[in-house]
Amino acid sequence: MSGDHTSSAVSARVRSVEAFLESRGLLDDGEIDRRIDEFLAGGSPVNGARIAARAWVDPGFAERLLADANSAIRELGLTMAGGLQEQRLKVVANTVDEHNVVVCTLCSCYPIALLGPSPGWYKSEAYRSRVVRDPRGVLREFGVELPDRTRISVWDASAESRYMVVPRRPAGTEDLPEEQLAGLVTRKGLIGTAVV
Amino acid sequence: MAELAPGVRVRTRTTDPDGHTRLPRYARGAVGVLVEEAGVHPLADDRARGRAGAPQPVWHVRFAAADLFGAGDHTVTVELWADYLTPIEEDA
Repeated sequence: MSGDHTSSAVSARVRSVEAFLESRGLLDDGEIDRRIDEFLAGGSPVNGARIAARAWVDPGFAERLLADANSAIRELGLTMAGGLQEQRLKVVANTVDEHNVVVCTLCSCYPIALLGPSPGWYKSEAYRSRVVRDPRGVLREFGVELPDRTRISVWDASAESRYMVVPRRPAGTEDLPEEQLAGLVTRKGLIGTAVV
Repeated sequence: MAELAPGVRVRTRTTDPDGHTRLPRYARGAVGVLVEEAGVHPLADDRARGRAGAPQPVWHVRFAAADLFGAGDHTVTVELWADYLTPIEEDA
């Protein structure tokens, strides 16, 4: 389990492998940092918020998003293909009847392109081990009280797909333009640990 | 044997492998329902051992919390390689 890693030993090993690859001419100086920067460039919860706001105002987009998220987000100029290969994106939408929440129990899989780097709690063993067993209790600790009749669906992102939640549109926002709606969407809302 | 398809009930593998696996312990030997196929990828267990691994379907499999933990009214949907899954023959 990744929680057992001692980061100092791992980073020492990574440094020596990196130095070895550079000495053999297989890596340019600083290439790994540059690739990481490229991967993270543009990754921000602002992207996820734009997707959620568009889904709120455009039911056709919402339908395409839930059916094939990778294709739908290209309509907003976004992509899951920024890494070595395109990652499959699965988007789920919260409703009165169902609340979705995302976790990666085995490590910390997360849609970086749409949400930026993940928050510390998302990678914590406490969140990863508890939210699958007792999501209602964990959500309560995040300040989310759901009615008993709202079913909770936990998604364990422990393989190849990445997941994002479209939160419920807040009441009283019928007249707000899409840009302002996007401003209401939080990172936690897009993971499912907050309502907006 | 029944094919893997949406709606089919499956049981997950019970073995505890020596090396890397992407079948979480809490979902081993459990019965769930296939929701949808989530792409085709080489088995993570093979990749972690340096083997190429033949690509195979990965499925979203939905479990009732009560079937995993003995309690809870929620569901947990896990992404699992076909190799981890055995379809359950339904009685006619």
